[in-house]
Amino acid sequence: MLRRAARKTALFVLAVFAVGCLWEAYKVIGPVDGGSVFGWKIIPKASDRAMPHTWDMIARLLEPENRSGGSPIAVTVAGYSWYTLRLAAVGLVIGGVVGIGLAVLMARWRIASRAILPWVIMSQTVPLIALAPQVVSWSGKIEIFGWEWPRWASVCALAAFLSFFPVAVGTLKGLTSVPAAPLELMETYAVPWRVTLVKLRFPAAVPFIIPSLKLAATLSVVGVIVAEISTGIRGGIGRAVLSYQQASTGDAEKIYSAVFGAAALGLALFGSVVLLEVIVNRNRPREATS
Amino acid sequence: MTAVVLDSVSMSFNPGTNREVNALDGIDLSIAEGEFVSLIGPSGCGKSTLLRLVANLVEPTEGRILVNGTSAEQARRDHTYGMAFQQAGLFDWRSVRRNVELPLELAGWDRGRRRERAEEMLALVKLDDFAEHMPWQLSGGMQQRVAIARALATRPPLLLMDEPFGALDEMTREHMQAELLRIREATGSTIVFVTHSIPEAVYLSDRVVVMSPRPGRITRIVDIALTGDRDDDTREDQAFFAGITEVRESLRAVEGYHSHGGVDDR
Repeated sequence: MLRRAARKTALFVLAVFAVGCLWEAYKVIGPVDGGSVFGWKIIPKASDRAMPHTWDMIARLLEPENRSGGSPIAVTVAGYSWYTLRLAAVGLVIGGVVGIGLAVLMARWRIASRAILPWVIMSQTVPLIALAPQVVSWSGKIEIFGWEWPRWASVCALAAFLSFFPVAVGTLKGLTSVPAAPLELMETYAVPWRVTLVKLRFPAAVPFIIPSLKLAATLSVVGVIVAEISTGIRGGIGRAVLSYQQASTGDAEKIYSAVFGAAALGLALFGSVVLLEVIVNRNRPREATS
Repeated sequence: MTAVVLDSVSMSFNPGTNREVNALDGIDLSIAEGEFVSLIGPSGCGKSTLLRLVANLVEPTEGRILVNGTSAEQARRDHTYGMAFQQAGLFDWRSVRRNVELPLELAGWDRGRRRERAEEMLALVKLDDFAEHMPWQLSGGMQQRVAIARALATRPPLLLMDEPFGALDEMTREHMQAELLRIREATGSTIVFVTHSIPEAVYLSDRVVVMSPRPGRITRIVDIALTGDRDDDTREDQAFFAGITEVRESLRAVEGYHSHGGVDDR
């Protein structure tokens, strides 16, 4: 177990290093001003402004946000990432609960599945950017038992809107893929549907739910960042990406600090699902966990 | 009291539609308490359906079914039978002991009593050393033994088995048959056993019910006259071979019944 973890970590470091090498290799051979194929400008510019050196980007992490002084930008970005991570986590939890809830309804009643599933699929065709301003405008307008809807709750709602989808679809598949023998066995016990759900269907669906949660984790992060950018909420990594971009003319490395922060928080949320997987699967056969 | 009574039972799937399949027709059968009865016949003869009728997993279109003196539905609600399938159907996420505890858990037993009974049942199927193992760590035969322990956990008077050893290799299968007779000796359960195998039916049963397909009917009931304890020597006994011959000829007669349709009757 530990050896496997060590090997995976080593492979990850190696992969990151390989991407860095490719980046630098392209900078050596790529055209500084980009290029076009059949009239399309698709060959990226290799200039230092578009693609800073990897070591410059890393060095930039240790310098303050504004050249004037203060703590290293890595620390500032970590703060933004932490803010965004918390919103994404809340979005993932809401999306997970809503997704599993819908899946249970759909698994219980065929008619519910016919009524709900088309809406679930359609919901994912609505562009988040179109939806974001609407949802953000809820703040100040909605009050639930004296609790006024804050702007961050809108961001979480948008993240949940993206992340519930794979969970609903994956869980539904899991709940309805239980083999006949254990289902018949539960029938011989003459127990109500909800008992079969808790004792059999739900545990049997775990190998389907976990991968869907992994997808949902990354979608939740994307949702929060897009919502932050399109609504201009301060404090998160989305806002940092936006404001660093404006400074990119003179400080190209700066925007990559924010990109690293976003990547790190995505990995952190994904990692928390992997941790959940390890806990849930500790007693399961290998085939089901891999 | 008789354990199972089937009184002119018929069963059709999709009745009243053009996809109607007449699975069972005019079944009369009564099984005494403590008896071991096997159902045998070619595929499609409705032997599994018959077992499912007794288990109340399907309803008859016509006729009356009594299980342990009550309706089949009441018997299911009262957990007066246990059932084992060809696929052991163990829950991968539960230890062997917790798999055996499942019916007790659903019947509302408290933790201590559950554990005690499960351990007793695992001792009965000689798996007490594997209580904390996970099902997927066991061989097919061991998994099937866990399934039997689970079916017997509430000490039901009746055990229904649907080709429980069908997926096992020949050696394991013979061993499991001997084990089943030993378990039956210890519990005194009535057993209704569906199988494809003639020697298996003869070795295990007091009576073998031979069935014919389309529609499923009982063509003959063969009494097995094996004296003394059934053990490995029984398999070389003259009476054992006589039983096999009798069941085989009854099954041949079933095929002969079809040859009237123009099929070669050898």
